[in-house]
Amino acid sequence: MADVFDRVKDIIVDKLDVEESKVTMEASFKDDLEADSLDVVELVMELEDEFDMEIADEEAEKINTVGDAVNYINSLQS
Amino acid sequence: MLKGKSALVTGASRGIGRAIALELARQGANVAVNYAGSEAKAQAVVEEIEQLGVNAFKIQADVSDESSVKAMVKEVIGQFGSLDILVNNAGITRDNLLMRMKEEEFDQVINTNLKGVFVCTKAVTRQMMKQKSGRIINVASIVGVSGNPGQANYVAAKAGVIGLTKTTAKELASRNILVNAIAPGFISTDMTDELTDEQREGMLAMIPLAKLGTPEDVARVVRFLASEDANYITGQTIHIDGGMVM
Repeated sequence: MADVFDRVKDIIVDKLDVEESKVTMEASFKDDLEADSLDVVELVMELEDEFDMEIADEEAEKINTVGDAVNYINSLQS
Repeated sequence: MLKGKSALVTGASRGIGRAIALELARQGANVAVNYAGSEAKAQAVVEEIEQLGVNAFKIQADVSDESSVKAMVKEVIGQFGSLDILVNNAGITRDNLLMRMKEEEFDQVINTNLKGVFVCTKAVTRQMMKQKSGRIINVASIVGVSGNPGQANYVAAKAGVIGLTKTTAKELASRNILVNAIAPGFISTDMTDELTDEQREGMLAMIPLAKLGTPEDVARVVRFLASEDANYITGQTIHIDGGMVM
């Protein structure tokens, strides 16, 4: 579990240029990490590449927090 | 000018699309030549491009079909390693008076000429966002600005392309992807060759420069929009019509 979170965190820190400490499971991309809609689309793209999978648009739309992303990836990998 | 860039031109087997593909190649770009049905003509364009010393290949796809467009874009990125320029040129006509136009004629033109631009644009955006650069040039038409009797479907699609251009330009500007449209007027192609002398005279009377444009006149503007010279231009529609619509 931690592994996925750390990899997701690295991508977020890199893409959104935010402090590592701000990236918690509860953090909302738009409210806490100052991402706009396009940033979130771009993050999802990066996650798809990092974890070598495709996230359907309907699923991607439900990803609002860091935890949403981590849990979704975990659900696919288990 | 475009050395090392890679371009995808839809509907590039003849007419304006062919001229655009050749012009981009002359500037050093590698070019993927998309076609719907004219395979032999597309192959001839590829060979002409290769003689210019750059890479080219032909690729069949119906631009309104998302899965074949996705496969096409993947192929282009696979062969060239990047995708810097998309020219949405593919288009068809099914002219008829509104009163006589069949639903099917309307749908076909909207699907290829408008939905095709959406589908192709969406398919290249991922790559261009990653590159943090890209140019999308949409071939609209002057009739999309002025209207034209007998072309309700075509005009609606082309006007739609101009609106789509503006929205795409706004959405993607922050990623350094510039999106513009061109609106050619009467350009000498297979389509205009079929006109009668009388129709031709009537057209010329409306054009301040009093002559038809050539596919090359259009291609040079696309080359400009694809180049570094157009770094501060996005969301615009450039008329290439001899001054017909101002």
